Amino acid sequence: MSKALYTLGFVAAAGAGVGVALLLGNIKKHQVEATVTNYDLVKVDEKTADPAEWGKNHPRQYDSYKRTVDMERTRYGGSEADPKKPDTTYSKIEEDPRLVTMWKGYAFAVDFREERGHAYMLQDQKDTERQKVVKQPGACLHCHASTTTVYRAEGIKAGAPGDGTEDLCSAAGKEQLMKGFDKVCSMPYADAAAMAKHPVACIDCHDPKSMALRVTRPGFLDGIAVLAKSSEPTPALPSVEKWRKGDRKRDYDPNVDASRQEMRSFVCGQCHVEYYFKGDAKRLTYPWHKGVKVENILSYYDEPVFKDGKPYKDFAHKISGAPALKAQHPEFELWSQGVHARAGVACADCHMPYVREGAMKVSDHQVRSPMLMIDKACQTCHRASEAEMKARCELIQDRTKALMDRALNGLCDLIKDIEAAQADGAGDEELAKARDFQRQAQFRIDFINAENSMGFHAPQEAARILGEACDFARQGQVELAKKHAAKPALPKPEVKAP
Amino acid sequence: MDTNLAPATPKTRFFRRPAVMLFLVLSMVLGMGAYTFADARGLSYLSNDPKACVNCHVMNDNYDSWQKSSHHAVASCNDCHVPHDLLGKYLAKAKHGWRHSKAFTTGDYHDPIQVHPESRREIQDNCLRCHGKLTDAIAGHAKLGKTDEVNCIRCHATVGHGGR
Repeated sequence: MSKALYTLGFVAAAGAGVGVALLLGNIKKHQVEATVTNYDLVKVDEKTADPAEWGKNHPRQYDSYKRTVDMERTRYGGSEADPKKPDTTYSKIEEDPRLVTMWKGYAFAVDFREERGHAYMLQDQKDTERQKVVKQPGACLHCHASTTTVYRAEGIKAGAPGDGTEDLCSAAGKEQLMKGFDKVCSMPYADAAAMAKHPVACIDCHDPKSMALRVTRPGFLDGIAVLAKSSEPTPALPSVEKWRKGDRKRDYDPNVDASRQEMRSFVCGQCHVEYYFKGDAKRLTYPWHKGVKVENILSYYDEPVFKDGKPYKDFAHKISGAPALKAQHPEFELWSQGVHARAGVACADCHMPYVREGAMKVSDHQVRSPMLMIDKACQTCHRASEAEMKARCELIQDRTKALMDRALNGLCDLIKDIEAAQADGAGDEELAKARDFQRQAQFRIDFINAENSMGFHAPQEAARILGEACDFARQGQVELAKKHAAKPALPKPEVKAP
Repeated sequence: MDTNLAPATPKTRFFRRPAVMLFLVLSMVLGMGAYTFADARGLSYLSNDPKACVNCHVMNDNYDSWQKSSHHAVASCNDCHVPHDLLGKYLAKAKHGWRHSKAFTTGDYHDPIQVHPESRREIQDNCLRCHGKLTDAIAGHAKLGKTDEVNCIRCHATVGHGGR
């Protein structure tokens, strides 16, 4: 055989050798992956707020957590940069001026932008123009920073026992948390923000010892406990119903009573909820005393037990004088009314789906829209193509948007009519009913508008709420028209006998 | 003349023959290949043991949920996922093995895992292998089992295992 042929054979055999070695290396790597799921390189404890430290032990989760800086968009959401102001997202009030009419007299009429990813929460709260027009309290920090360690440190300063190293769920840990929470809520925002170093971080959802999920936000701990005491059915939260059937000697505590699957929604529900600041102490409160449906929340706000023995209001509407409310991102509430929640699907199932990395399965900590990862978010259960799943979702959202447009038009018409009646000399008493219709319609529209799914979290519930909003807005107009009609008697049309 | 070169004894001359060198390298490659095959539990893939299907852990979910499924006591992976004639079985195993190892090594595959169209037909055949008599009346006049649109697992999706 010729020398060239031997050389060729030699090179080919050597190449095959390299290939086999590479394959062996790859197999070995995967075998190690399957046995080592985390690396105990550093010790994290109740005082470790810095996510980078936790990230040394859990590099895969930390990697995806850091990617919440990404700015992507979907049809109705996402966080694409505003070309005029690249460090922010696009302005929602510039896009839809009806929102300015709705919030006239409130800081949201000045600046309201699409939210960015978790990584930006602290920065964006400091930067919003709303900070410049109103003095915000420290209560706002509850959901815009990693506050677990901040609250506990402040609680100890305020006289709670211990040194902050105890288990958060211990008596001392809880007292530190709650005392610090009370203190920080009533501080001026700038003072509170100066203590926070990180946006939401590992310690806000995980127990440093076991990595198990854990609720750390006082607002949610209080809120879910009062919800449990209400009589509103909670089919999406089986452990709450179970607690209700028990002896009720102690309050419902998610860290004790909830299943792991429920915790995969509760850690998100710590912040993605409707809230208000109670009293002069500005204590952050979730209005779940009568349930989490929009009318449950409204009837809580409507009770005449707030300032001056009147119903609660966020602001007096500048044009109409209506005692208006501002809804805030009630994702947890709307989700709980949907079919996914009822089927036991948690927030994390779609927003932090499991992903395969080599031989490992990790939950994706780049919390984002499932529309950006339909394969992992939807197809785990739904056996339809990605295009089909996207189309189904966008159909729901398009329908919700169309209904919201009608409701918003109705609301703006009502506000215009109240304005005209005021110019006509109508007094507070005469306008009270119309103003209440505005309050009712407006809160419902805002409930769906501020909610971050354009109706998807509970499509039928969203449609019901917007349908009611349309009705209330037009009923308000009818109310005003009646009064106008009462003054000059209209000439009756002649009816001739056939 | 190159004085550094050792004098060619019969022994060294033997190792300088191209055929011998090629043989040595090929033997090494073969040895390494054999080791890799053994280390990756290559032989297990020829068996019917369902544990072989979770060697690489990617199908853990499917394996775990199969243990809780209605078919657990009567069918394991191969009962549904490969044909049941000798040639067809090992041909299918070879095809699956090639597709799976390529996907897992490169990491380039759809997640969640989806069944290959060819594999779906094999599964359908296996449904009928056991349940053929029972379903004969409905399979006779409809398109049952003949197309991907209407087959048993379209509705009975979780009888084998959960997940995809």
